[in-house]
Amino acid sequence: MTVRSAVAIASLTLAVAASAACVSFYEIGIETPINAKLDTSPFQRVLVLGFVSGGSKDVDVNSETVRLLRSQLRTKSNLKVIDSDVVSLIDVVDKMKSNVGTPATAAATDTAPADVKKDDAKKEDVKSEKDLESYDSIFADVAYWKKLGEEYQNPLIVTGVVYFTDINKSGIVERPQEIYDNLGKRTVVSVRQWMDRKGYAIAPKFVFIDGRTGTQLYSDSYREETLYSSTQNTPALSSYFELMDRLVPGFLNTLSSQKIKSTRVLLK
Amino acid sequence: MKVRTLPLVLLALLVAAPVYADRRSDAKEQVEFAITMANKGLWTEATMRWEKAVEIDPTYAAAWNNLGIAYEQQGKFEEANKSYNKAIQLDPNNQLIRQNYDLFREIYDRTKRRRDR
Repeated sequence: MTVRSAVAIASLTLAVAASAACVSFYEIGIETPINAKLDTSPFQRVLVLGFVSGGSKDVDVNSETVRLLRSQLRTKSNLKVIDSDVVSLIDVVDKMKSNVGTPATAAATDTAPADVKKDDAKKEDVKSEKDLESYDSIFADVAYWKKLGEEYQNPLIVTGVVYFTDINKSGIVERPQEIYDNLGKRTVVSVRQWMDRKGYAIAPKFVFIDGRTGTQLYSDSYREETLYSSTQNTPALSSYFELMDRLVPGFLNTLSSQKIKSTRVLLK
Repeated sequence: MKVRTLPLVLLALLVAAPVYADRRSDAKEQVEFAITMANKGLWTEATMRWEKAVEIDPTYAAAWNNLGIAYEQQGKFEEANKSYNKAIQLDPNNQLIRQNYDLFREIYDRTKRRRDR
């Protein structure tokens, strides 16, 4: 049970109890302001370039993430979203490694567009989140990001790592069950049952880079998972969007202030 | 000795009780007016009234609770945290205050984690 649902039940119980006891309280809606994590005032434009991505082969995580974040930023931020080809950072890093000796920036920017198709092949090699960590060095490559920044007129650059994978979690699950006694009286009892469950997990790390200097401004990591009964057949893409839906508000709050609507109880 | 002090204690209580009742009644007036203001969205005025209420009667848990809500509405998280804690300290068994505090903590902890990073 989440804190929210526990509070909702407690609230209802208290409301009944309080009204019986004639306690004076008033429910009131409030909007709690949460400041943006980043000062985006120096930027007019944002470039969602691409991600180091891996995990499930059923979803093109890199392209889907870029597409989703661009569309969210278009509608929910004041920054102008730059339309560019989606870059696979795995390919960029691999190319940098193979071109040791040549300037990193030149090698990397050469690979920029049209590498998305190769992404599937690369994913074969990527086994776990740990494997993706070896690509983290790209985010500290100031020269690479500065070059890109110059190319796109100094935008705020959004990049990072997105790992999306299927998971299996079998275990004891508690569920309510109706029981009728000899007299037909109904009772509900909690039954513990072994269940095979499968689902998906997503672990993105969003990295925000200053396109003017190539330096990292901020990064934020998230982790979400969703589980279904093993008999339920949920497409990977639909799970991907379900999970991203939970993360997007946090991502947007990095760039713009938000107000969280909720209710509180005023007392007399 | 005991026989002598007992009347003195009783006398002190008799004098103090109306003073306390007066204070609570004054604070309650502020609290009630502030609730009306908050319901109209006039949070600055409401905050001022609740601040006044806790100044008049620092043992008034409901006023501290409401002040916590007002600070939360204005994004003053540290002040809200202190006010809620004071309310809980004064009335630890009040589930409504606890409920407000739990909901506030969800947001407060999130913003705090972010700042600490």
